This record gives sequence, C-alpha cells and structure tokens, in this order.
Amino acid sequence: MAVLTITKDNFQKEVLESAQPVLLDFWASWCGPCKMFSPIVDEFAEEREGEVKVGKVNIDEEPELANQFGIMSIPTALVFKNGQAVESAVGVQPKERLWDMTK
Amino acid sequence: MEPLYDMIVIGGGPGGYSAALYAARAGLQVLLLEQLSPGGQMGLTDTIDNYPGFPQGVSGFELAQKMKEGAERFHAVTKLTKVVRVRLSQEEKEVVTAQGVYRGKTVVLACGARPRTLELPKEDRLTGRGVSYCATCDGMFYRRKTVAVVGGGNTAAADALYLKNLCEKVYLIHRRDSLRASRVYWEPLRKAENLEMIWDSQVTALFGEEKLSGIAIKNKKTGKEASLSCDGLFVAIGTLPNTELVREQLKLDEAGYIPADETTRTEIPGVFAVGDLRRKPLRQVVTAASDGAVAAHFAEEYLATR
Repeated sequence: MAVLTITKDNFQKEVLESAQPVLLDFWASWCGPCKMFSPIVDEFAEEREGEVKVGKVNIDEEPELANQFGIMSIPTALVFKNGQAVESAVGVQPKERLWDMTK
Repeated sequence: MEPLYDMIVIGGGPGGYSAALYAARAGLQVLLLEQLSPGGQMGLTDTIDNYPGFPQGVSGFELAQKMKEGAERFHAVTKLTKVVRVRLSQEEKEVVTAQGVYRGKTVVLACGARPRTLELPKEDRLTGRGVSYCATCDGMFYRRKTVAVVGGGNTAAADALYLKNLCEKVYLIHRRDSLRASRVYWEPLRKAENLEMIWDSQVTALFGEEKLSGIAIKNKKTGKEASLSCDGLFVAIGTLPNTELVREQLKLDEAGYIPADETTRTEIPGVFAVGDLRRKPLRQVVTAASDGAVAAHFAEEYLATR
C-alpha cells in the first residue's frame, strides 16, 4: 500500500475509522527537514505494509487539519490508534523511533 | 554475511560523504551509516550560498542527494540505521546498529552536531508548541505574531532577518553587548523596524502549559528580570557535538569535541574524525567536505601499512 495523501475529505474514513494504527506526516514543500523526513516515512511505510497505515498531510493544502491538531512545527509525526491521536514527535525522526511510536 | 569493509563511515553529512567518495573512488569498499536521511545539518538548511560551484545557491537537501549519488557512483553503500555502539580499539572495528553488526578496518566518525538547547524546564514539552530550533521550518506558523530569537551568531541573525518579514514583532536576545554574527548581518538588523535587540540578557524561564505564552529574561549586567509575552521562541545558541557514542573510547575536549588535528587522525589507529565533531576553528559544509577527503587519504595510508 502506497503512502496516502490525507485531506480533510478522507481524514474521517482513512484515519479516524482505520482498523490499523495510522502514522501521519505533516509537511510542507518549503520545509527543508520535511524533505529529509519524507524518504524515512516512505521506507517505514514499506516495512510496515499491512500493519500500519501511513499518510502525509500537506499543511498548506490542509490548514484545517494542521490547526485541529495544533501543529506548530514541521515535520510532525502523529500516531492515531482507534481514532485517537495518541503520540506525536516533532522534527525529523529516525525510522526506529517510528517503529516505537506505532508499537 | 556482511563483508569486512575497508571503511565504515558513521554519519551522512558532507564530511561523511566526502570521505566515502574519496575512499570509494580509490577502490576501497565503503559502508556509510546514517540514522536519518543524507545531509545532516546541511540537509536541514534551506539555501547554501557558500559552497563553491553553485552561483545561485543550492538547497541543503539537494546537495546532500548529490553527494550521496557521487559516492554511490563509485559503489559506496549507504544504510539508513542508527548506530548504537562501537568498538574501535581492535584491528577489526565493530559498529553495532539497530539492523545488525558491521565490521570495518577503518572507521570515520562523521556524526556532526545538533542544536544546543536552553536546558530550561518545560523546554521539551513546549518544543513544537512555541519553542523551535528551525526558523525556516516553523516561521510560517508565526505569521503576524510576536516572536523572540535567542542567540548572537550567524544562525540567530539569519533567523531574526527571516522572521522579521513574517512576524509582527521580533526580539533578538543575546547574552553579550554585541553580536558574534558576521558583519553582513549588522546593517539589515539595525534597519529592520519591527526588530528589537535585547542585549546582555538570558532567557531564564518559559511560560505556558499547552503552548508558549512568554518568557522570562534576565539582564546579566543589572540583574533585573523581566517577562516578555511572545508566541514563539527560536533557539539559535550554537551546537553540541554528537560524540556520546565514542566518549568512553576516545578522549574528548572540555566541550565534547574530538581533538584530532588536520590529519583527522584520532588517538586510535584507523579511526578518523571529520566535520563538526572535530575540534576546529571553522565549521562549514566546505570544511567538513575537506576533512572527509583528508580522512580518506590517511585511511588509505593506514591500510597500506597493515
């Protein structure tokens, strides 16, 4: 499963109603560290295929979602379990940390 | 079974990738280990104007990709994984990562540095909630708001100038009475109407629970404390070397840097220190790259005498 693009329109279905844990990467095109984080998130998505759903939220296109979760720094990784945001990490994270967050 | 590499490079910034490029091009079998993605601090830099060969400047991320490709063209291998332990003293050096153990005849330490934090209570909790270490990443969230920058070097000056275009008001707080930043920044800072300098002062506390609401500042000369309301605090007070990995095996200087000289050789034969973690007068992309080339040269020499 490829990394999903999450928007306010599919957020309910793909994230809140997801049976699997979901990891979201909040990013923007002008953010250097986001570029560094993106391939790590992609690799993580590949490794956890079928176990963890991974999505990216472009905060310029989805300001409502960024606002709703109080994102004030990017990249931010946010983990959802059973429709609840349970853990977040600000800044570029090593892949191992993403594993820990979704255990 | 993993081979016995000629060289294992720890860290994928400009120092690491230059060492990898030079060594791989000389025919050595090179493994580079990076815990995040290539670039290190350079990868986080929006535009680099002072690396020669890019008259229009270049994004740090892009430059990192090019350095990686350059090393891979000569068959250096990159693995993205975190190094948890090293054993350097023996002839066959061991590097333990989250994904397995690698062995090398030489090791190049290129782990770089990270931003220094204020070490104030609540700083961790408020990071990403008002406290930031990257103005170009997070500045947009503070459009038309009031922010403070703390620091007096080039990063602090550049951050303040970047933020003055976005924010209602910018304070630049520095513990001395003049900036350490390069002169090119002085005039633009002085001219910025919405920028106010707060000299001789330190940030002593952070206010706010869910979100930063302000800071306490202490004037070092008068001893007076004052509070300042602000929505954002950008911390740019220098860096700390990432040398925790080797502090039990190598002597470090009082600031935590590895005291290797211009040959990049450390006190352990076959172990080299390049880039920001080495004790040196100027830490730049170009000086890190230079260290990498030198390390590869002396690594080759070391291997030839085995």
